[in-house]
Amino acid sequence: MTMEAKSHAIDISSMQRQHQSLRLEDETIALTVRDLELYYGDKRALHGVNMDIPKNRVTAFIGPSGCGKSTLLRCFNRMNDLVDSCKIEGQMSLYGENIYERGVDVADLRRRVGMVFQKPNPFPKSIYENVAYGLRIQGIKKKRVIDETVEWALKSAALWDEVKDRLHESALGMSGGQQQRLVIARTIAVKPEVLLLDEPASALDPISTLKIEELIHELKKDFTIVIVTHNMQQAARVSDYTAFMYMGDLIEFGVTDNLFTNPEKKQTEDYITGRYG
Amino acid sequence: MSYESEHHNTHISQSFNEELEQIRTELLTMGGVVERQLSDAVNALVGGDTDQAEQALKIDSVINDMELMIDEQCTLIIARRQPAAADLRLIISVSKATNDLERIGDETSRICRYAMELASEGKNMQGYQEVRHIGNLVRDMLKDGLTAFARSDAELAYKVAKQDKEVDSEYRTAMRSLMTYMMEDPRHISSVMNVIWVLRSLERIGDHARNLAEHLIYLVSGTDVRHSSLKEIKKTVKRVEERQ
Repeated sequence: MTMEAKSHAIDISSMQRQHQSLRLEDETIALTVRDLELYYGDKRALHGVNMDIPKNRVTAFIGPSGCGKSTLLRCFNRMNDLVDSCKIEGQMSLYGENIYERGVDVADLRRRVGMVFQKPNPFPKSIYENVAYGLRIQGIKKKRVIDETVEWALKSAALWDEVKDRLHESALGMSGGQQQRLVIARTIAVKPEVLLLDEPASALDPISTLKIEELIHELKKDFTIVIVTHNMQQAARVSDYTAFMYMGDLIEFGVTDNLFTNPEKKQTEDYITGRYG
Repeated sequence: MSYESEHHNTHISQSFNEELEQIRTELLTMGGVVERQLSDAVNALVGGDTDQAEQALKIDSVINDMELMIDEQCTLIIARRQPAAADLRLIISVSKATNDLERIGDETSRICRYAMELASEGKNMQGYQEVRHIGNLVRDMLKDGLTAFARSDAELAYKVAKQDKEVDSEYRTAMRSLMTYMMEDPRHISSVMNVIWVLRSLERIGDHARNLAEHLIYLVSGTDVRHSSLKEIKKTVKRVEERQ
């Protein structure tokens, strides 16, 4: 018996737990895409895409230019409605509710599914007013509530310490990296459920890029994040799941660790190793 | 660029810091397990304790699992982070060091098997003194090699490399005396041969511990000191100290 006790003294189960990889089956799904077809006029831009995007995770879309990743991202908050020639078939739902159903309040949908673009686009107002803007639109008037939310959003966007002494100065005087974090703060101030990031760091210098990436890592605790990026290394660094798209098709979707070490499809391997695309 | 032991903890990305710290900690944990297996194996042999040898042998599969886990983690970090400079050297040296630790585990398992065989053969204790002595030497080397990793201490790593010379000379001395013994008393050749294989394994463990030290010197200095003489290693270590 004592011998048995001895052999049990070496316990590596905690180490094994740390090494367990993610599994899509274990996740709560936030967004589902079923047989999604999208046409710009006669041109079919997305070919029957099926995908589940897990909650509180970072999902990255990668692929060469024109493969449809931004188009797909814009479907999630119906930004493609603004394009006249665009026609969508198939289903897309947020926690089971079809977002393309008749009668869906698109403004409310865009509050629940916020979006940040490639180039920072702060309003020509003060830093404070930029973040407060969405709240005011929602009709919130209490100064205390707005103050608290602005502070929370700027802290969450890792910007508070840099701007707390100049909240009422113009946002246009900030650096590019700060502006982009301000835009993220503005987006999260209205407490969305999903955050769509379309190349959020491609106009920024390397250090600002790393700060945005670190921010993404922090924000996934509170939000489901979908990010489009041209930079595969960025996808590898920040995401939990990665989707590789090519010419309007979803080629491979999987756990980032697996996709970047042992992809299932040859096309994926060729793209991530720089062989074509 | 000089290397400090907390160097890998200063990235903007907190999770990158954690990943690097994790592989280093896990390497040291694995080292602790290997160290314990080795001392159990030597004690089992000298004390003729079959049970202890059997238990020590079982640890081998744990060590193998740890090697796979740490190596996988290293692969993932390379794939996800494209590490550079000291970060890259940390990952490469940890990956190589786990390999050496696993090989030490294999040699130790061999010692366990001979220990069980010798215990069943009976009373001849010829060569046990040498096993104990060389066993202690290589265990100290392993311990110092791991401490050097924990503290990023190139000076200590150099001492480990130096001690390997002593192990080699003790090994040759032991060989000579066991040869003489076998010539004088051929009835014990088979059991003495088993002791010789054990000594051979211990000598190999010394070599792996030296490799461990060399990986650490590579991590700290950026100079690959494998296949270098002790003199060259000393020079490299001195350069590191001057930079700090």
